[in-house]
Amino acid sequence: MSAPRKTPPKAAQARVRAPRRKISERLAPDVVIEGAVGRRRTGAQAVAPDHSPRAPAGSRPAPVLATLPASADLLREVEQFLYRQAELLDGKHWQAWIDLFTDDGMYWMPVSQDQTDWLSWPSIFIEDKPLMTIRLGRVTHPNAWSQAPLWATNHLVSHVTLESHGGDTLVVRSRFHMMELRRDTIRHFGGSYRHTLVRTPAGLRIRQQRVDLFNAQAPFDYVLQVWV
Amino acid sequence: MDLQTLVEPDRVHRRVYTDAEIFEREMTHIFERVWVYCGHETQVPNPGDYYTVRIGRQPMVMVRDRDGEIRVLHNRCPHRGVQLCGNTHGNTGRSFVCSYHAWSFHLDGSLKTIPLGAEAYRGTRMNKSNPDCRMKPAARVASYRGFVFASLAADGPSLGDFLGEAKVAFDDMCDRSPEGKVTVVPVCHRVIQHSNWKFFMENQLDALHPSVTHQSTGVAATRVEKRVIEEQGSAPLYYHMLSTFASSFEQWDQVQTLNFPHGHGILKAYMGLRPQDPDTRAYEALLVKAYGRKRTEEYLSRSIHHVLVYPYLSVQSPLQQLRCLRPLGPDRTLSEIWHFRLDGAPEAIYRRSLWYYNLVNSPATMINADDLENWTKGQWGLESDGGDWVSFHRHFGTDRREGDIVTSTKGTSEVVMRNQFDAWMQYMTRD
Repeated sequence: MSAPRKTPPKAAQARVRAPRRKISERLAPDVVIEGAVGRRRTGAQAVAPDHSPRAPAGSRPAPVLATLPASADLLREVEQFLYRQAELLDGKHWQAWIDLFTDDGMYWMPVSQDQTDWLSWPSIFIEDKPLMTIRLGRVTHPNAWSQAPLWATNHLVSHVTLESHGGDTLVVRSRFHMMELRRDTIRHFGGSYRHTLVRTPAGLRIRQQRVDLFNAQAPFDYVLQVWV
Repeated sequence: MDLQTLVEPDRVHRRVYTDAEIFEREMTHIFERVWVYCGHETQVPNPGDYYTVRIGRQPMVMVRDRDGEIRVLHNRCPHRGVQLCGNTHGNTGRSFVCSYHAWSFHLDGSLKTIPLGAEAYRGTRMNKSNPDCRMKPAARVASYRGFVFASLAADGPSLGDFLGEAKVAFDDMCDRSPEGKVTVVPVCHRVIQHSNWKFFMENQLDALHPSVTHQSTGVAATRVEKRVIEEQGSAPLYYHMLSTFASSFEQWDQVQTLNFPHGHGILKAYMGLRPQDPDTRAYEALLVKAYGRKRTEEYLSRSIHHVLVYPYLSVQSPLQQLRCLRPLGPDRTLSEIWHFRLDGAPEAIYRRSLWYYNLVNSPATMINADDLENWTKGQWGLESDGGDWVSFHRHFGTDRREGDIVTSTKGTSEVVMRNQFDAWMQYMTRD
């Protein structure tokens, strides 16, 4: 053990020395910052923050709510259709799900909500019926190794609103939340659907299902094997 | 740690994939020394544009300076260590400003101002001439044909010497543009694999796995492609991109790998991406106009599927795809997936890379889903005591060395892994 220091260490010697005052004196209220109206409010302004650190704001306009008054019957019909779409996915009735699409139907999950086409910009999914058939064939093949572990999904669909309705075509917006269980892990996917539906003799059919995943550009812990 | 006992010419010990201490050494001896890909120049076109990037364990920022140079700096304020860029990318204006105490820095990382600086720091060691007062730069930054790399080691081979023959990845990509350059499509898919980074690097040139691992997709795509051809006379090229995965073992054996120093390598082409449709003819005419017929033929007949820049990069130059690994731990690896446009090439040619990016490299990939499953189970298997060794015996003893290039008569030879571990040992056993 070293002997107790007689002299203060070198760094402390640089301090200004003054007689010790009682702590009650030291706690007297000397300064109260108030009434700063009209004065420079923060020190940071003095250093001219000529940077723009924020993530860019979305360029989309605020949504117009209840864009179209829909009859209760129509809205209910559309809602039931969207619920069925989700139930078919959760039940892994994939051929029946593909059959919900018109022959020229497209399933589209863009990378960003600002995206307006899939020909000049990447997408997470962009599938017509033949490509959907490849995915179906793949996941149902006995040697689709990544399909071996237990996995299941559970969709909730809500916020159903009619965006437009003319002739046989309806455009419907909704929100979804999908939980996915794979082995022992649960993942969450959320976002909005925009369905372009057409009325056919066989009932409503999907011409386009647009899926805007709100976490589309977050890292994917593993990947998506089947449609959301 | 006696690495010599873990890596033998024909097999490696499982610990090299699972051990935390070995992973740390890989960070200090490999990733934080070699040239690491930071991004493409076109990601940061304007002064102040930045992208954050991880080199080994180090959070860095790549930024375009006001003089047009690209800097790579530690993303860290020298005052209290707070990261200066809080987003993955953006524009920081004319300076970096710390959100904690407003220290600010020029875009080359040098100190601009410290609040209350002159008085509060008088007589202290913190002044503008002290390098501890600036954002620490990467030791070396260099670029090759627009692709920016940084090394955290002051010495070592130049970027050109490090890349060696793997330079062809960037030449092949750029030469396919009539203007000799590419522009990044600013979308980066990020996928996390629950396995060691080496699984990815070995898999990329493993020509036996596709017809096993990707059988389901290859078979399903072949069936639909056949039907589309019957109905329409021809099928879009992207069906072929998926259906070739179902090729036979014998076919894969005919695909060659070339293996280079530093662990780099090439899997030669197998897809045949030169159809004779009007779009291709128009595109080739543009190349002939730019380069003449002889060079155009030289550029378009390069047989490349992937080029690997060991230990972290896979470039699929004919389709302008780039995948970059950022190891996060022994059993966790982030891959960043980009693609590029060929400057001056028709939109129809871009769409081929777009389709490949969508179908194979997106987070809804019909291919990598099964690779990732293999690697996850591979990692778990190697963490077990069920056996100690990983076998690289396929076609062992038939490797051919021509100068510093190693090849095999068989495309499916595990010469790829043997060559990668040669490089790994050289890196890991240096001081």
